[in-house]
Amino acid sequence: MIENRPWLTFTSHATLLLGIALVALPVWMALVASTHPASAFGVGHIPLWFGDAGAATWGAVLFDKAGNGVDVPVWFMMLNSLIMALGITFGKIAISLLSAYAIVFFRFPLRGFCFWIIFMTLMLPVEVRIVPTFEVVANLGLLNSYTGLTLPLIASATATFLFRQCFLSIPGELVEAARMDGAGPWRFFFDILLPLSRTNIAALFVILFIYGWNQYLWPLLITTDDAYYTLVMSIKRMLSVTDGDIAWNQIMATTLLAMLPPVAVVIGMQQLFVKGLVDSEK
Amino acid sequence: MTVTFPQKGLPWLLLLPQLLVTAVFFLWPAEQALEQAFYREDAFGLSREFVGLENFADLFSDPLYYQSLVTTLVFSFSVAIAGLSVALLLAVMADRIIRGKLAYQTLLIWPYAVAPALAGVLWWILFDPSMGPIALWLGAAGVEWNHYLDGNQAMILVVIASTWKQISYNFLFFLAGLQAVPRSLIEAAAIDGASPFKRFWTIVFPLLSPTTFFLLVVNLVYAFFETFGVIDATTKGGPGQSTTTLVYKVFDDGFVGLDLGGSAAQSVILMGIVGLMTVVQFRFIERKVQYS
Repeated sequence: MIENRPWLTFTSHATLLLGIALVALPVWMALVASTHPASAFGVGHIPLWFGDAGAATWGAVLFDKAGNGVDVPVWFMMLNSLIMALGITFGKIAISLLSAYAIVFFRFPLRGFCFWIIFMTLMLPVEVRIVPTFEVVANLGLLNSYTGLTLPLIASATATFLFRQCFLSIPGELVEAARMDGAGPWRFFFDILLPLSRTNIAALFVILFIYGWNQYLWPLLITTDDAYYTLVMSIKRMLSVTDGDIAWNQIMATTLLAMLPPVAVVIGMQQLFVKGLVDSEK
Repeated sequence: MTVTFPQKGLPWLLLLPQLLVTAVFFLWPAEQALEQAFYREDAFGLSREFVGLENFADLFSDPLYYQSLVTTLVFSFSVAIAGLSVALLLAVMADRIIRGKLAYQTLLIWPYAVAPALAGVLWWILFDPSMGPIALWLGAAGVEWNHYLDGNQAMILVVIASTWKQISYNFLFFLAGLQAVPRSLIEAAAIDGASPFKRFWTIVFPLLSPTTFFLLVVNLVYAFFETFGVIDATTKGGPGQSTTTLVYKVFDDGFVGLDLGGSAAQSVILMGIVGLMTVVQFRFIERKVQYS
């Protein structure tokens, strides 16, 4: 605090509270909307305060079916989303750890070339080359499968870079000492490198989990069988029914349920989340 | 120089999974896109003929493509500027206060975790012309709101939804940047009688410029490539072509219009743009290292 200016402090708090209110507004509206029966929505009318159909709507979408043309319940799609998110997260972390280990702690021909190939994946987000990627996955027979949902998304330049930075900061003496004590590359990897990178892995886990859970276009394209629907993409299917028949209460309840897990992760693991965000931008 | 292990075969084994995934799901499709860009295929995928650069020539003579480029630029810069200004204001306020900083931070950062498509849906219903509360308030205030018909309003809607999601990210980086500004400078200026407003514009804001520039690039990249969900779940590029960004057009022409050659040519151009942006980003990161 430089000087005491009560009015300025007051303005600061007021601005922040206003910002928070604006940021929360759409979620508040969605929450209110999900507590009314579908018939409450009509021309010139949307409920602004909580109704009494909340339990019925939330129960129906969670355990019966999400509605609006999606016949599987939300808990089932949550499970699919969880499988996809964890598959992508663990996959990315595992292959990035291994390749960063190879690039930093070994010398072999074409080392720089390999690094550049991995680097290129950073340059090509899936949306940009969506048509050919879809064709490749279709040719491999991976449509409507968990492998198809996760495998194409697990190559990660960002994670490889992050682990490379982290490994480069490990003093060479540590490697020398380990080698002198007779530790081979695997033992060094599991007993020294992994424990040292624990916080980095955890921070990256938070970021990658959000990335995986929020995948939208990819699952939308490759899943036509509702056994593989993920929660975020199912919203699109629900919105595709003809305009007059949309049950907004169910859509809002599903939307809130779809954002709940990643939001809970961000709030619950705030420190790791901030660290992951800052690290992965280096 | 790090001490290394002598094994020759092992590193290849370690790299294999990453290289395999990269080759199958990145390099192969990229190569396919490059190839398709020079062919024209009929809509059923039965035959195709080599057309050389014709797909590219078609694109560059297509007014819709230029329109989409303009749309993308307007959209991206609106998202970046709106997101940066709001986040900077909030971060400056949060930096000033002492009590409850963490609580404010928690309540501001969660939208980062919301999927773009869901952000779109949330704002969509608020602005729904027939029942959305904001649309009704605007109507009462004399502004006729209908994003189904008015291209500019559709654009405003996708900008709001995309910005909303990105504010948290900008806020965190601005707050970190503000906390790195040396207190002694601000104290010295305060003793010399500079008002908080003046101190901000003459000391804090210039010192923040590396952060601001970094965030500008990140936000532009975000608006370019990560807002597909917002657009697809709400306007689907419409009305007309008024919210069709370049990335959305690749998808739309390829999967809806079934113009594979044209879509592939657009992919190739976009890959070029991404490459360029990556280089800019990396050059800047080198500069950032020098700053610190």
